[in-house]
Amino acid sequence: MLSRTADHLFWMARYMERAENTARMLDVNYQASLMPQSADEAEKGWKGLLGISELSGDFATRFGAVTPDSVMRYMVSDERNGSSIRNCLQAARENARAVRGTLTTEVWETQNQTWLEFQRMIASEAFLRDPSTLFEWVKFRSHLSRGVTVGTMLQDEAFHFLRIGSFLERADNTARLLDVKFHAVESEYHGFSNGGAAARDTEVDFYHWSGILRSVSGFEVYRKAYRNVIRPEKVAELLILRADMPRSLAACMQEVVTNLKMVANEQSTETLRKAGRLQSDLQYGRIDEILATGLHAYLTQFLDRVGTLGIGISRDFLVPVAA
Amino acid sequence: MRPSFDEMRADGDTVRAHYRGYDRWLAQQPNDVMLSRREEAEVIFRRVGITFAVYGAKDEDGHGNERLIPFDLIPRVIPAHEWAEMEKGLAQRVAALNRFIHDVYHDQDIIKAGHVPAEQILQNAQFRPEMMGVDVPGGVYSHISGIDIIRAANADGSGSYYVLEDNLRVPSGVSYMLEDRKMMMRLFPELFSQHRVAPVAHYPDLLLETLRSVAPPSVNEPTVVVLTPGMHNSAYFEHAFLAQQMGIELVEGQDLFVKDNFVYMRTTQGPKRVDVIYRRVDDDFLDPRAFRKDSTLGCAGLLGAYRAGNVTLSNAIGTGVADDKSIYPYVPKMIEFYLGEKPILNNVPTYMCRKDEDLKYVLANLDELVVKEVHGAGGYGMLIGPAATRAEIEDFRKALLANPSGYIAQPTLALSTCPTYVDHGIAPRHIDLRPFVLSGKEVQMVPGGLTRVALKEGSLVVNSSQGGGTKDTWVLEA
Repeated sequence: MLSRTADHLFWMARYMERAENTARMLDVNYQASLMPQSADEAEKGWKGLLGISELSGDFATRFGAVTPDSVMRYMVSDERNGSSIRNCLQAARENARAVRGTLTTEVWETQNQTWLEFQRMIASEAFLRDPSTLFEWVKFRSHLSRGVTVGTMLQDEAFHFLRIGSFLERADNTARLLDVKFHAVESEYHGFSNGGAAARDTEVDFYHWSGILRSVSGFEVYRKAYRNVIRPEKVAELLILRADMPRSLAACMQEVVTNLKMVANEQSTETLRKAGRLQSDLQYGRIDEILATGLHAYLTQFLDRVGTLGIGISRDFLVPVAA
Repeated sequence: MRPSFDEMRADGDTVRAHYRGYDRWLAQQPNDVMLSRREEAEVIFRRVGITFAVYGAKDEDGHGNERLIPFDLIPRVIPAHEWAEMEKGLAQRVAALNRFIHDVYHDQDIIKAGHVPAEQILQNAQFRPEMMGVDVPGGVYSHISGIDIIRAANADGSGSYYVLEDNLRVPSGVSYMLEDRKMMMRLFPELFSQHRVAPVAHYPDLLLETLRSVAPPSVNEPTVVVLTPGMHNSAYFEHAFLAQQMGIELVEGQDLFVKDNFVYMRTTQGPKRVDVIYRRVDDDFLDPRAFRKDSTLGCAGLLGAYRAGNVTLSNAIGTGVADDKSIYPYVPKMIEFYLGEKPILNNVPTYMCRKDEDLKYVLANLDELVVKEVHGAGGYGMLIGPAATRAEIEDFRKALLANPSGYIAQPTLALSTCPTYVDHGIAPRHIDLRPFVLSGKEVQMVPGGLTRVALKEGSLVVNSSQGGGTKDTWVLEA
């Protein structure tokens, strides 16, 4: 397959996944903002969200004060914010259009239709009155996009590059979400001491941690997996190490490695080695060890390694080799 | 000017035989159903992304620059016996044109025989001296030819087909022919059970067969690709569509490179050799080393690989020398000269302004003639005398006098009309027809072609860039 084609497929899948995760995070914040909470607490949530996407600076320069509507507008429909859902969906669609011949008709039409409908949905600011409906819609369009891919595409290289894009992006997004949400609680999370836990209001805690779980569709999964009350270290374990939780780092890396193996070429040995190593670290890791290092340090390092993988994939497959 | 020939009605009361079934069906359709089908068609075209890009323009929503080509619900119907005759004529014409191009780049017998003046060929901007003496597989240059055909009324009210123009470089539109048929079958399946409409969906198959058949002779399993200028090109949809339908790669210039006179594409598994390039890029942009230096759409060294016979370009470089409007008047002569046959399809009588007596006649009759720039295309650079203002005519007179050999003129033939949905109902609109002729080991085509319709009342310009639409084209067995 053409390197350029693989590049478009990889980014098409990444942008779609990013749109979904952005919608998920926005929704959780929006839901939280409906809970009784201090203005301070609410603002912290919105700021955290901008922080996840490394957009705090850009937002501050352009809009100044953080308000729910302005963050929402900025992250949903802003044309100048490269990470807004609007721009992610457009980029996904443009990448799809560049290789529409490689996609099945259904996959292309799904991407195209998503973009066309989304434009209509944000044509007025009515979406601000009921943003959850929009977020839910984005989530389901992403489900559809992935489902149509799995359900109609030949499992050739094109398919594998789409999958690599999806899961590399998801690994990145889940890690960022965890980092910010644990950060919001303590500057460096090593697990709560008994005193620390007591110091916090258990009710507030419940909504904080269950919010994270809900943002990755993990609330019901958590209950099923642990049959226990919501405890932060278990939340971390579920989202980092549990390979059976589809949005965990372990599950994402497993998919990345599986698909990477399918497209391996002469130059990709080192990239594959790094991906495999990251995956086994997750497979054989333990949450108490991770917490001992400090969650923030762990996730920062994870994001670095995922970034390096992205560069490696780009170099080995996507950027045309000089003649 | 005579009244136009109407494809559906002989006169107010008489529907032509091949339209009777359709007419009966249409009379039974409630108007609001037809209107909602029309909307449905638009929604589907947009969702499928059957659009063409217009440089610097915005679409209806003000976003981007992708537009829909209007699709009309009423098909253009051609009786099978008329098509059979046309098909013969098309095969004959394209065979002669291919022989002509071969001759131009080899012995130039037609010049020696005195049938075409040497300067008409050698001074032609589309003549490529780089192609002199180059042999192409099977001697075929124009593998995909789009021949524009119109029907004009005769004095007795009957109609005759004429070839208006040959397109031998990168003719486009075939994807609309295929999508229009798909749309009609989706919207009105019952019509197809009531009529015996010749299918067209196998076109990509014929195209692939044609492209494979002209691969360099040493290659057993040729790798065929489509070369596109990219997604901002107005015909990008078609390029992607054809590549997908044929199951081959759609490449851009940046995906290709030449090494030791062979062409390769950059793939995720390393370089892969390319044997046949169905290129949708003009000659000028194919190879920055040989043609336009500023081109980023082509591939450096491509001409060298091509001349060495290591890759086939389809169509060949230099076919433009045969589809130029200044060469057009000589096509009937070519058919006689190369094939020893009488032309089956009519040429429109043409005045060559480079000849003094023709120029004199044209200048005296500008208000009745159609004057065309020899190198113009897409409906630009032409004067339709009867429809032009005094000022437009005077502008053209000046241009003509300044450069007579840059123009040809033809009598204004009213294109035939076909009933078409317009804002206030159904009204006749002018149409033409572009059949696509494939030449490889043999000459093949699917029945019919693309019918374009000028949606503006009275307009004779059917080009999509000028507000033209399309219709499904039926070749109908009796």
